[in-house]
Amino acid sequence: MEISTLTIDGVKDGLRARRFSAVELAGEALRFARAENSKTNAYLTFCEERALSAAAAVDAKLARGEDPGPLGGVPVAVKDVILTRGVRTTCGSRLLENYVPPYDATAVVRLEQAGGVILGKTNCDEFAMGSSNENSAFGPVRNPAAPDRVPGGSSGGSAAVVAQGTAVVSLGSDTGGSIRQPASFCGVVGVTPTYGRVSRYGLTAFASSLDHIGPFGRTVKDSATLLGVIAGRDEMDSTSAAAPVPSYDALLDGNVRGVKIGLPREYFKGLASETGDLIASGIETLKRLGCDIRDISLPSTDYAIACYYIICTAEASSNLARYDGVRYTFRSPNSPTLGAMYRNTRGEGFGAECKRRIMLGTYVLSAGYYDAYYLKAQKVRGLIARDFTNAFTEVDAILAPVSPFPAFKLGEKVNDPMEMYLSDIYTITGDLAGIPCMSVPCGKAAGGLPVGMQILANHFDEARMFRLAAAFEKETN
Amino acid sequence: MAELANLHLSEEEVGKFLHDLDDILVHMDRLNEIDTSGVEPMAQVLYDAEDTATLREDVPRTTVSNSDALANAPLSGAGCFKVPEVVKR
Repeated sequence: MEISTLTIDGVKDGLRARRFSAVELAGEALRFARAENSKTNAYLTFCEERALSAAAAVDAKLARGEDPGPLGGVPVAVKDVILTRGVRTTCGSRLLENYVPPYDATAVVRLEQAGGVILGKTNCDEFAMGSSNENSAFGPVRNPAAPDRVPGGSSGGSAAVVAQGTAVVSLGSDTGGSIRQPASFCGVVGVTPTYGRVSRYGLTAFASSLDHIGPFGRTVKDSATLLGVIAGRDEMDSTSAAAPVPSYDALLDGNVRGVKIGLPREYFKGLASETGDLIASGIETLKRLGCDIRDISLPSTDYAIACYYIICTAEASSNLARYDGVRYTFRSPNSPTLGAMYRNTRGEGFGAECKRRIMLGTYVLSAGYYDAYYLKAQKVRGLIARDFTNAFTEVDAILAPVSPFPAFKLGEKVNDPMEMYLSDIYTITGDLAGIPCMSVPCGKAAGGLPVGMQILANHFDEARMFRLAAAFEKETN
Repeated sequence: MAELANLHLSEEEVGKFLHDLDDILVHMDRLNEIDTSGVEPMAQVLYDAEDTATLREDVPRTTVSNSDALANAPLSGAGCFKVPEVVKR
């Protein structure tokens, strides 16, 4: 079997035709993933026992003539900020190197109920803070397309395993672009659903008003199938939405003629030429498919970076307060008093980027600065969201770049945090507005570096976004 | 700020972060250019739904057991998390 190019349908067909059993597939997938992992460092932990027992359950169902579920036997990887009961979950942090969660995230429960086989946990920036995966305490992930380059972040591992073929699909999380940017850098499909579409119960909190769980896949259809499995109301997360979940993967086919697509002019100024050229050819493809392309404006875009990095660091400084040496595995050996325990545990446990964001978040929330920074940023967020609301009265979807440039070299930006933050410009606005958005591969720049194109849609309009992406994928393949 | 955040930083880190945060705060000051009068602060993404849409039935359910909750504690005893002495006996 050709593991590295399998799709969900390929797994289904193989099982149905008895070319392999789910246990055989899981065993082979684990063997392949372990063998390939030294090339990318994408997996941090493998959970062989759990994978084989999930696969055995799928085989048993098949033997009884039952439906094993929409992900029956499919090898899946899960970002290491999403809790897995009994399987180490590090969040890419030294602090949680030995943390073994007592419960499963809802998304994990749902994907296993649907027959998914979790192979292991994927590397990421510490607590999902970063755009290059270089902030992991366990070493960076290397881009499968170019080993001297970053895979993007923070869900770099989840993007890399799908690109590398060491999982069929994977789960990531996105707060400011952490799914779409690595998807773009690694040449796979990555989806940030509507805020509230997928339960965050069991997702380690970074910035609660912005955090999302979403899927990666090698095809639009695989991503749509995985989203359909994990989406929907969950009583364990009061921010999860009750809106019904359409069968995304059944709605992919269809004409996109006449679909109105907006090009926000603020997203195309100053775009690196190669990326700009590839996006331009993507636009031509959609024109050819009959889409009605028009210019629009999202006037508050220039303020998005400042707005985002105030809100996300404020929320992070408060969410990370729980790592104080009491409950979560690591306590500094230098803890003579309660105060020293807090300060030293956090000082020794957190990496540089987490510390930087805790400091910034503490600053913007502190007395005297709260109104000037935090409250002001929340108002600007209101303006950014309003820009999108206005745009969606004119257009059905928005098309934009994902990142100003393709994957950069390891170490290239690591010493300039502001430069790194600025590279998130095209992805953070979707998170701030809470709308669904995705990256779909749209070609390769020099050196074979993948470039993704971003599609954004209105709240809960994932089906339309997927349909456009599927039509684009079909036309460009 | 580090004291407020209960975060021990080395001398070297203090120097580096002072420089980084200055850079970042200069960028953030751009927000003063944009007029937000009459705009409601947006704390959360909201969409149309019944007022009760996020409520659930109040039924008891099993939760994480005491031993599971303590399993990741660096130090525990008698069913509790143990911390350095706070009050002298």
